[in-house]
Amino acid sequence: MITLKEALKLSKDELKKFKEELRKDIEARAELNGYVEVLDHGDGVPIAIKDNIQVNGWSVTSGSQILQGYIAPYNATVIDKMSEAGLSAFGRTNMDEFAMGSTTESSFYGKTQNPHNADCVPGGSSGGSAAVVGAGLAIAALGSDTGGSIRQPASFCGIVGMKPTYGRVSRFGLGAYASSLDQIGPMTQNVEDAAILYDIISGHDEKDSTSVDMKDESVTDKLNSDRKLKIAILPKYIEDASNDVKHAYGVAIEALKKAGHTIVEKEMIDAKFDISAYYITATAEATTNLARYDGLRYGSRVEGKNLKDTYFKTRSQFGAEVQRRILLGNFVLSSGYYDAYYVKAQKVRQLIKQNYENIFKEVDLILSPVAPRTAYESGSLEDPLEMYLSDIYTISVNLAGLPAIALPIEKNADNMPVGLQLIAAPFQEQTLFDGALSLEKSL
Amino acid sequence: MFEIVIGLEVHVQLNTNTKLFCSCPTSFNHKQNRNTCPTCLALPGALPVLNKEVLHKSIMFGEAVGATVNRTSYFDRKSYFYPDSPLAYQITQLYTPVVEHGVLELDFEDGTHKTIRINRAHIEADAGKNIHEGDTSKVDLNRAGTPLLEIVSEPDMRSADEAILYLKKLHSIVRYLGISDANMQEGSFRVDVNVSIRPRGDEKLYTRVEIKNINSFRFIQKAIEIEVKRQSEAWEDGVYEDEIVLETRLFDQNKQETRSMRGKEEAADYRYFPEPDLLKAIVTEEMYEKYSKIPELPDAKRDRFVKELGLTEYDANVVTSTLEMANFLEEMIAEGATAVGANKWLTGELPARLNNGMTLETSPINSKLLATLVKRIEDKTISNKAAKDVLDYLFENEVSVDEAIDKLGLKQVSDTGAIEKMVDDIMVANADKVEQYRGGKDKLFGFFVGQTMKASKGSANPQVVNEIVKAKLG
Ligand SMILES: [Zn+2]
Repeated sequence: MITLKEALKLSKDELKKFKEELRKDIEARAELNGYVEVLDHGDGVPIAIKDNIQVNGWSVTSGSQILQGYIAPYNATVIDKMSEAGLSAFGRTNMDEFAMGSTTESSFYGKTQNPHNADCVPGGSSGGSAAVVGAGLAIAALGSDTGGSIRQPASFCGIVGMKPTYGRVSRFGLGAYASSLDQIGPMTQNVEDAAILYDIISGHDEKDSTSVDMKDESVTDKLNSDRKLKIAILPKYIEDASNDVKHAYGVAIEALKKAGHTIVEKEMIDAKFDISAYYITATAEATTNLARYDGLRYGSRVEGKNLKDTYFKTRSQFGAEVQRRILLGNFVLSSGYYDAYYVKAQKVRQLIKQNYENIFKEVDLILSPVAPRTAYESGSLEDPLEMYLSDIYTISVNLAGLPAIALPIEKNADNMPVGLQLIAAPFQEQTLFDGALSLEKSL
Repeated sequence: MFEIVIGLEVHVQLNTNTKLFCSCPTSFNHKQNRNTCPTCLALPGALPVLNKEVLHKSIMFGEAVGATVNRTSYFDRKSYFYPDSPLAYQITQLYTPVVEHGVLELDFEDGTHKTIRINRAHIEADAGKNIHEGDTSKVDLNRAGTPLLEIVSEPDMRSADEAILYLKKLHSIVRYLGISDANMQEGSFRVDVNVSIRPRGDEKLYTRVEIKNINSFRFIQKAIEIEVKRQSEAWEDGVYEDEIVLETRLFDQNKQETRSMRGKEEAADYRYFPEPDLLKAIVTEEMYEKYSKIPELPDAKRDRFVKELGLTEYDANVVTSTLEMANFLEEMIAEGATAVGANKWLTGELPARLNNGMTLETSPINSKLLATLVKRIEDKTISNKAAKDVLDYLFENEVSVDEAIDKLGLKQVSDTGAIEKMVDDIMVANADKVEQYRGGKDKLFGFFVGQTMKASKGSANPQVVNEIVKAKLG
């Protein structure tokens, strides 16, 4: 597959021809089920779009039954920004319902396969986007990352996935899961493409109050893999990871040393706090964000015998995991429990932020696993608690609002990709991409 | 034996051009669901952006009631399902409202005063409207997302009268500030009343009952009286604990009763938490400087009218009770009417003629017309009595004051020559009465004045007639 950088040089005619071929390739590998629908939104460089990002005129459903029949009447800001830069939405990709999941198995459209092994999951929730890029069926894709939903599937599918600093990329038009954690980000074949796509979609947006009003500085033209950085490693933190991941961690450390970076050892607070703070915050926000799906104004309504019954029947269309998180969110917000759960979770969130701040006083980047292991076999991660624990290495980045990038390090004995992530201080995307490019080159 | 405890929550719809969190217009007269967008329809991915105009108007209100205007306030989500609430949560300010700790002064007719504390005023989004047509229910979301300022008093009022006085004062303040149309019928000034009773001398607050959305001062007064009666009777019958529960009741104006809206067992849990889609609302020093310079308020205007215009305290209170009247008075004075004359006609004769829902604004008599009428009395062109006929005529006919006077032939005759001639004729025709008067029958003076007025068909200036009759009779 040609890179994004190369594709941007193609003429309109060449792009047209390319897309015709691409359609055939997608058809030929229909069993991958990465795309849920191949739609074309313009004549720019085609970018695959996760099914929770609004594209005017498209059916956009967040992988859910409840949004069947809904046609988005407006573009997300990232879609408009892409159009301005000569890119256009091409195909919507499969995802866990409302981005709640780590395997892309909970979608209304069925499972997506891992391009490296059809019996394995592509990760989630942006599993469709990761799979189509990993399978050579997309130049690049957009995903969204609330607790690792870009980085973990990128890692499982052997591609690059980047989560920007919270506030860097407009959330306007992103079907919300957890408002204070969600970010849209690029999923690409290499680090440079990620930087290019990041530059295109980032920037202040008045339509998103949480978008940060900072001078837009592009990172691509300043990419510098020769910068010597101080990079923290976390020996204790990785103890729970699989041997594959530990091996890749060692490989990456050697590569970084070889490239001239300074490696220092640091410690993170126990990740079990991350899990609690994350699942309380995310479900509290999600339960309200998903409350609008009542079937009254749009989407799939199931008529009941009265209003209450209609609410009940309509909202029973949510899948099990979504229902579980709605219930959990309602519980942690209910009177009598609010202080014990939600308020405490926000305090923990502050502690996690401080933990990172302290580390970033001394280092430029942190090297961390993305997932405890490589891609799971389909159906093997059915226990919700086990699934929540699989997010252990990604969620603190969202809780602290940091930028991070997952990139492939090596393949294990089963030929499955192993990825790791680099994490930077808020708004230090330049450093993040510089370090990631250096690591990519030195592997 | 019981003391009444009343607290009031007033939802004031702010008259901003656009909605609270999107750029849809706030006018509702458009076709149903026309003034909507992804944000106020709660489409997937749409986000709220705070309309700064709402902060500006909140600052003005805070300043008007001597409150603290928080330089940083926050929004919270209040969850509940209802078809007119597209997000299924209301964006409001629970934990840190924009305005806190204000006061409102009540002045009673007997000259006493009372200070009512305002706990807070917070910004929140209005809901849409459900329309029920037979078996079907429809939702109109034109109003959804319109900014409200909810003004919450402390439970400081002790009678229905005090509550009404507070509401009228509050109403007049927001109208003076120009931050709301405050139209009760149209729902831009909505009142929820919290009522409880307690044995006199008891400091404890007992169970409060909320009565929702009553749309006139008169009905609010009635609703409070009826609810107090219900609670007092329950107490006296020994069933207070069972019958008076923390709940919301509706006032039924036809049946003259309050009725439970939802049972205790269904008490709502709103699951409030901070709104993650909005950052803190910041009032900058610059913004505060600009919007804390508020127009003259009712109390200040009243004091000025007493001091500068020579109105009595009572008259000044009445005329400043609404901005429309106060402005009308000032316009009349600018037209050359005296303050006392203008006030008398503005607060007496004019309102007496406003029938069938006609208001100061819809009446055909504008300030210039009424001022001219008063001036014609003051320059003795017409008598006070004739002016009333002129005013009646002006209600029916679109003419100037002078045209009306001519038409009605009511111009006063002050020409002494003409009046002297009339008096002479009357004295000749009534020579016997002249004799009797001169013989000491003083009462006959009125007879000569009356005859002269009659001869002039009422157009003679009575004062001039008086003087001439007196001189001629000697
Ligand atoms: Zn709108």
